[in-house]
Amino acid sequence: MIEGKRAPSLEAVGMTKVFGPLVALDHVPLKVEAGSFHALLGENGAGKSTLVKCIMGFYSADDGAVLLNGEEVSIKSPRDARALGIGMVYQHFTLVPSLTAAENLVISRADAPAVIDWAKERKALEAFMEQMPFRVPLNAQVSSLSAGEKQKLEILKLLYLDQRFMILDEPTSVLTPGEADEMLGLLGQMAKKGDITVLMISHKFREVKAFCDHFTVLRRGKYTGSGDAKSATIGDMSAMMIGDTAVRERAQRVTQPAKPDVLELAGIFAEDNEGLPVVKALNLKVKAGEIVGIAGVSGNGQSALVEVLSGQRPMADGAIFIKGKEFSPTRKGFDQYKVFGLPEEPLKNAAVPKMSVAENIAFRSFDKPPVAKLGWWMSPGPMREKARELIAKYRVKTQGPDAPIETLSGGNVQRAILARELSGDVDVLIVANPCFGLDFASVAEIRSQIMDQRNRGAAVLLVSEDLDEILELADRVAVMSGGTITYVSPIEDTDRNTIGQHMAGH
Amino acid sequence: MDNPVLTVLIAMLGGAIRVSTPFMFVALGETLTEKSGRINLGLEGTLVLGAMVAYAVSYLTGNAWLGVLAAGGAGTVLGALHGYICKLPRVNDVAVGIAMMSFGTGLAFFFGKPFIQPQAPHLEAIPLGAWSDNPALAQALEVNPLFFVGIILAIFLGWAFKNTRWGLIIRMTGDSAASAKAMGVSVDLVRFLATAAGGFLAGIGGAFLSLSYPGIWNQGLSSGQGLMAVALVIFARWDPVRAIMAALFFGAAGAIGPSLQAVGITQGYYFFNAAPYILTLIIMIISAGSKSAARDVPGELTMK
Repeated sequence: MIEGKRAPSLEAVGMTKVFGPLVALDHVPLKVEAGSFHALLGENGAGKSTLVKCIMGFYSADDGAVLLNGEEVSIKSPRDARALGIGMVYQHFTLVPSLTAAENLVISRADAPAVIDWAKERKALEAFMEQMPFRVPLNAQVSSLSAGEKQKLEILKLLYLDQRFMILDEPTSVLTPGEADEMLGLLGQMAKKGDITVLMISHKFREVKAFCDHFTVLRRGKYTGSGDAKSATIGDMSAMMIGDTAVRERAQRVTQPAKPDVLELAGIFAEDNEGLPVVKALNLKVKAGEIVGIAGVSGNGQSALVEVLSGQRPMADGAIFIKGKEFSPTRKGFDQYKVFGLPEEPLKNAAVPKMSVAENIAFRSFDKPPVAKLGWWMSPGPMREKARELIAKYRVKTQGPDAPIETLSGGNVQRAILARELSGDVDVLIVANPCFGLDFASVAEIRSQIMDQRNRGAAVLLVSEDLDEILELADRVAVMSGGTITYVSPIEDTDRNTIGQHMAGH
Repeated sequence: MDNPVLTVLIAMLGGAIRVSTPFMFVALGETLTEKSGRINLGLEGTLVLGAMVAYAVSYLTGNAWLGVLAAGGAGTVLGALHGYICKLPRVNDVAVGIAMMSFGTGLAFFFGKPFIQPQAPHLEAIPLGAWSDNPALAQALEVNPLFFVGIILAIFLGWAFKNTRWGLIIRMTGDSAASAKAMGVSVDLVRFLATAAGGFLAGIGGAFLSLSYPGIWNQGLSSGQGLMAVALVIFARWDPVRAIMAALFFGAAGAIGPSLQAVGITQGYYFFNAAPYILTLIIMIISAGSKSAARDVPGELTMK
């Protein structure tokens, strides 16, 4: 390890940040000891990012102070944070895609020379890499690196800049379980030696239990507790996170006799926008009353597959069969074969943000009676009525059926889409990361709805980057790696480790 | 000597050298601006204003090189204005560019009226073809010094984008504003400076238009060359050296029509005059679909 500076301690006192009517942070304290691996827990919108951005100088806090090694410091911009040795790895990488790894490292330095002597820099970089627990190819363009390598490069960058206080924003969301464990393990060792202090934003209890020493929990902008990550139970932590919010009981899995195959994907090929193959010879069958979960690290062709199935991307080759008949993903096909879908980021992929809730809910039915007469004359009355009924049934919180759907919160947009897709008769349901970015209550609700559909006899294809979601819902798990299915197993015959190894391509 | 093929080829060489210079400067300026993540469509206006200012200053001071500098200065002002307006929230750089195009041309016509008649000193060409007894070749090789300035500049820019701090910062800003911000780089400032510098170069391109042989200023001087040069940047995939190639190619193609007429082929005159545009279009369609083209686009450009 690099000699010299030691891991610092950091304390935030009474951090407050107000955005208009919203109190994003309400006198939040945070104490991270030197050389510790500290987890910052909370649901989406709890204020974790706001807190961290205040520490990093992206926002100026309305009240409160930051103490570094016990002394109050003033951080007005990310530049100040950097000068103090506080660095952050963002969820969305901040590496420049068109620059090489070496260029990214050198330009990140505050004292980057006006004219760069590459021979000298390269030698210095190689010497630096020698001392690091993990390496990244220096000459590769960042856009060609895998997500795991990018993540490593981000962390190497902080070490290269000698930033000993490291903030990681959900660092493992793009890694395989194996990569995640390796990375967190190495950081944990470095922290233990007193080289770095780590503050990690996370919502994965398993990682927090396995790698962190301490944790702090936020809920709705308020501090709700902290403690020793080793001794606290997952129950304690989740109670602090969720508070007294009522969480709907999970739908039970109903055991059913074996049913026939409904959805069959036969040799599907698809290309990405640049014409490179992303889905290669993919074969998969889904039975009625079964959830097949597709696990995989993001970027292995899952989103292209979902786009093919939902008609957003042309199929280069192959065929889709539903109940033995060839299905083409057109409006007519969806209607005829009762195929429905919940795509990821529904506001972007399944809704028109500026149109009203009622209109968005009517997307499947606006050309059929009772909304449309003769197939083209639309009457808003029945449409609004239907929307009102579904809004009540699916508990969508909205100002009314005429409010633009973009004014709804993430969970409520997903509920409105759910109402549209699941209110009819469903034979095939295609779901992609349905709970991404949602709060606990919505997650529970949406997962039970999916389970209900399964119990009712729909064939469900669930594509998810969240392995826990798949372990909870799926009857069978399939792993997608390099654009094809590399492993299929009934859920009771497999475990996290086996799936993880296949996700990593072994 | 009367070989028609040779005549056409010499004419194309001459065209490449003569016509390419303003394209070079505008394309280099635009490359610089677009590499920083902003589009300045107003360079046509900058080019025309540069031509006017260069001519006026050259006439008033009697020194053509002072005219070149003044044109660069006028271009900087227009570029800086574009850069400043685009810094304001919710401003679209493409729309501002179109407005600046009209503004620059309008300004040039307004102040340029009195300079249409008088004769200003122009930039002396370097007779590189003096060794040849072929008058056509000798004429083709009368090279304006700005031509060499452009080539050196392109090589310098290509080198600087890879080997200097400023080069890396411009590429970073153009490819990922979020990364640049996270590193404490002021994205607005970088783009402002890059647009101003791009304007400077386009202004010099304008100076060439009015101060090279025969050296006149009138309102039809540019006839859309600034716009074409902006398109050449895409064609050259944001690489300064390729931009020079594209400008040379475009100049050579432009000489096809007149030279064919000179050797007596009059059929399809207008068709051959359109050659540069048709060829550019064809090459663009072929090359734009490739994978590497998609990779070269600066990630922050609004026109993806």
